[in-house]
Amino acid sequence: MSEPGVPERWQDPFTILGILTSAKTIAIVGLSPNELRASHFVGFYLRRHGYRIVPVNPREKTILGETSYPLISQIPFPIDVVDVFRAPDAVPEIAREAVRAGAKALWCQYNVISPEGGAIAERGGLRVVMDRCMKVEHARHLGRMHWLGFNTGRISARR
Amino acid sequence: MRERPAKEFGFDTRAIHAGQRPEPYTGARAVPIFQTTSYVFEDPDSAAAYFNLQEYGNTYSRIMNPTVAVFEERVANLERAAGGVAFASGLAAQAAALFTMLVPGDHIVSSAALYGGSITQLKHLQRKLGLEITFIDPDDLDLWRASLRPNTKLLYGETIGNPGGNVLDLEAVATIAHAHGAAFMVDSTFATPFLCRPIEWGADIVTHSATKFIGGHGTSIGGVAVEAGTFNWSNGRFPVVADPSPAYHGLAFHETFGVYGYLMKLRAESLRDLGAAMSPFNAFLFLLGLETLPLRMARHVENASEVAAWLERQDGVTNVRYPGLASSPYRALARKYLPHGAGSIFSFDLPGGRAAGRRFIESLDLWSHLANVGDAKSLVIHPASTTHRQLSDEELTAAGISAGTIRLSVGLESSPDLIEDLETGLRSVQQMRAEATA
Repeated sequence: MSEPGVPERWQDPFTILGILTSAKTIAIVGLSPNELRASHFVGFYLRRHGYRIVPVNPREKTILGETSYPLISQIPFPIDVVDVFRAPDAVPEIAREAVRAGAKALWCQYNVISPEGGAIAERGGLRVVMDRCMKVEHARHLGRMHWLGFNTGRISARR
Repeated sequence: MRERPAKEFGFDTRAIHAGQRPEPYTGARAVPIFQTTSYVFEDPDSAAAYFNLQEYGNTYSRIMNPTVAVFEERVANLERAAGGVAFASGLAAQAAALFTMLVPGDHIVSSAALYGGSITQLKHLQRKLGLEITFIDPDDLDLWRASLRPNTKLLYGETIGNPGGNVLDLEAVATIAHAHGAAFMVDSTFATPFLCRPIEWGADIVTHSATKFIGGHGTSIGGVAVEAGTFNWSNGRFPVVADPSPAYHGLAFHETFGVYGYLMKLRAESLRDLGAAMSPFNAFLFLLGLETLPLRMARHVENASEVAAWLERQDGVTNVRYPGLASSPYRALARKYLPHGAGSIFSFDLPGGRAAGRRFIESLDLWSHLANVGDAKSLVIHPASTTHRQLSDEELTAAGISAGTIRLSVGLESSPDLIEDLETGLRSVQQMRAEATA
């Protein structure tokens, strides 16, 4: 049940799993220092699972113990994924920055729906995921979401 | 990547596999029974992350258990829900689902054609927790609409009502609820996810007494509530779901966890506070039940259809209330919502009142006389001399039954044997009537 404007390929489980298993460094645009906010839960979780988290938030110096950068373009090392917690109209510019930074994927969280931003990233050679949560997808495919009775949709007889 | 996450598996496959992968430590193929109260933490940071809900982790079996979790995910998967939480009984699941969303002064519009235990529970909630409840004839859509008040938060009914076999117009009631910003909850115990999935028609929460067809063999008491994850609990009408939770440092469950907000609250607050957790062993038995649910339900429906059709042809039997019969007023709704069959629980009337009902029950040899439904064994009860014996004939009529009403839960035995036994019962009632006239 994808939202209008989100093509199926931007929610494809194979793409999602490919990104989750290959990424090492994740820039989180709009990461909040408030530990009760969804973005903080996601950043905390991804860091706990071995990803390097790079906060992108001009109002903060450090979040989750990591240096926060005002813009993606100011991150002085390569990043694999740009994960977006911003209003949809901010996504096209973030997508352009992600392309310029050489990121391999643009990931837009729940309700961060921008067909234009997705198209910009795709033209720049990035894989795109939209209207999906990176924490939930990690927990669904690689983590322990099933420990709390959530429907992961996973079926497999392999050990 | 070794699995196929994109594939949509069939119902029967999901009934056997959903929620479980072979246990990675031992390779055990059956679901292990994790009979433990608690779980050793990897380190203090992990423990803190679990208690802060920052990581999916096991802490204490009153709140979560790996065996119970397989059952929860399997039911959620079959019902096409975002997730589920299991409870010690169906009534506990229902109480917790209500407790999670309602505050004193909230109003519920409920079908009056409910399991008696549900009606009692709602009446107690009304008196003790200050809820307002309006019971209505579920067949009348205008009545659902007319009963809405500014403080109506929930519409509630059963997929197949009790005892009249009313089939609820799920899609219409869901539309009425959502236009009012209210949630729609359905007890789908009599249908099971094999026959109907209310979420596909707009329901927000579905509850089950797993004790019945899900377990299927009359061994264990249990329940489960699943939620679709699509209702907007932050619409301003559900402060206990949307507002910051003092128990979790001011966490706003729905805003932060989105699709999973209500379910997190149902587990981390309601199950934790009310304490009616399902035992791991019962979850194991319910999982065995779910593996064969499609096979059993198909046979339950086949037997019930044969028994209902036969009863309808018998002299001295009236009002065979099986929604699968061509004569049923619910035939059209049953075709829409229950295309694979209308379950196997229904009632019929014997003329001759309480004495006839009693004589009928006494004459049966194969049908078990007891207060349960949804067993592999065929079950029978005479409400006027058991569950409803304190009611006058007038009160029975108000409850939608008569002094001669018999309720059947048709099991999985050979149907000719079931019919033969019922025939003995009917003959015995006729004999009694003949003796009375002589």
